[in-house]
Amino acid sequence: MPVFYGRDIASPLMLGTAQYPSPAVLAQAFRASNAGIATVSLRREGGEGQAFHSLIRDLGVTVLPNTAGCHSVKEAVTTAHMAREFFDTPWIKLEVIGDHDTLQPDVVALIEAARILTADGFQVFPYCTEDLSVCGHLLDAGCRVLMPWGAPIGSGRGLNNPYGLRSLRAHFPDVPLVVDAGIGLPSHAAQAMELGYDAVLLNTAVARAGDPVAMARAMALAIEAGQLARKAEPIEARDMAAPSTPLMGMAVLG
Amino acid sequence: MTDVTILGAGVMGLCIASELAARGIRPRIIDPNGAPGPHGCSWWAGGMLAPYCEEESADPTVVRLGLDAADWWAAQGATIHHSGTLVLALSRDQAELDRFARLTREYRAVDADQIVALEPELQGRMRRGLFYESRSHLTPRQALTALQANLAAGGIAIETGGTPTGLVVDARGLTARDALPDLRGVRGEMLTIRCPEVTLTRTIRLLHPRIPLYAVPRGDGVYMLGATMLESGAKSRVTARAAVEMLSAAYALHPGFAEAEILELGADARPAFPDNLPRLRRRGGTLYANGLYRHGYLLAPAVARMAADHIINGQIPEFMDEHNP
Repeated sequence: MPVFYGRDIASPLMLGTAQYPSPAVLAQAFRASNAGIATVSLRREGGEGQAFHSLIRDLGVTVLPNTAGCHSVKEAVTTAHMAREFFDTPWIKLEVIGDHDTLQPDVVALIEAARILTADGFQVFPYCTEDLSVCGHLLDAGCRVLMPWGAPIGSGRGLNNPYGLRSLRAHFPDVPLVVDAGIGLPSHAAQAMELGYDAVLLNTAVARAGDPVAMARAMALAIEAGQLARKAEPIEARDMAAPSTPLMGMAVLG
Repeated sequence: MTDVTILGAGVMGLCIASELAARGIRPRIIDPNGAPGPHGCSWWAGGMLAPYCEEESADPTVVRLGLDAADWWAAQGATIHHSGTLVLALSRDQAELDRFARLTREYRAVDADQIVALEPELQGRMRRGLFYESRSHLTPRQALTALQANLAAGGIAIETGGTPTGLVVDARGLTARDALPDLRGVRGEMLTIRCPEVTLTRTIRLLHPRIPLYAVPRGDGVYMLGATMLESGAKSRVTARAAVEMLSAAYALHPGFAEAEILELGADARPAFPDNLPRLRRRGGTLYANGLYRHGYLLAPAVARMAADHIINGQIPEFMDEHNP
């Protein structure tokens, strides 16, 4: 199970809390998923969202506040401070959006914001790309977890660059890695775990499914399957058939 | 005659009063703010009465309870628009349209030509959509005024103070959080614009992954644009972001909206329970009716009927989750 900033987390599934049909469905989806962490956006709800935030606290999972919707270093830093005060946690999922359409991270601003926040005692979970040098800079900035995207937020496209994600895993074998964003199907989540990722963070795929509770369960099962498969040391893919039944000793007909 | 005092003159309170009056009970109504106005969230509503469209995000119960709403309102003298609802998405958001179609019923898939036949000004702008025929919406302020006038004609006025007598029906909306701790506010923001250059004749919903919009024609070139959904009880004024996003979406629907005059910006918080479904609760001499969420005009008639059934016949209706008289 993943360990983030010295804290053991009970499940490799991290679930967002936005876009559910109702808070009641959200709570049921969390129960069905056994998610260990709930990400929560503070930015727009502000201090008047107490009712919703107390529902999140009642889920009994670790809360990871985020800076969703921030487009600059200053906005992200300010939001992180508000979140720390509000949720009483040094954890922050740092999101600095670089493009309004694709919601892709502004990696330059991200590295700067991560440096500022780490120096201020935050434990930063950066939403980043799978770029090796960007990830290296984030580690230099003090991040001890990396959260590369699978695909753009909410797109449900799965892992756009499995090669890049595999390479990142190989380069940073000891850093907790989370695929964050882009998951649409349980098979995508399983693939991330098969690549050796420590956790998967998703929201839209569950919240906007026709039956969010059933999809939450499906994601949990897929993540468990992927994790087991990784530990079980899968076989290598090969170009030629390798018969599973020995050819020796077959009856000679005719 | 049963003695009943209703607290709150929003859509919930006035519908219960009307339903009781229709069954021979003359309730008192107390609201410190007096007649319906900008202080209450039903003032800012879209007034959509198209239940099948709601199934995209709402429980099927909402559809079932909302099917008779338009007839109830018509009988009360509210003007009902029967032009239907057209659901559209920009070409890059077609996946939203597929999702909406998957989750709802009773629509007709329409192509570009059929869209133009319905709304000629959308020529060349939309490739496909979903059309929900028949009932579509009312104008909330006209509807509330009609209820108030009917009640006044029956000798029922809205008092701004005084001591409740008899059975108390608490229909104070979000203000009733003091007695209903699981009630929360879901903030909504809206705009009213005037744009005679644009002629759209029916409710249009423009789907978008982050900024869904509905535009409701109010006549005389006036359109209501709404509405945001934020997990917040804040009743503070409309944010620049909400206004910019909704206006951008309206502009994407029809560039003619660029020339619109902004008549009004409104924000309030809808009262909702955790499953976003309404509740009736009986505690001693008080009956609570609340939690209409974003379905005020769609659900208030059904909830008012249930409240009246309870008050008159002692029935325990389906949304009564507490019964301790």
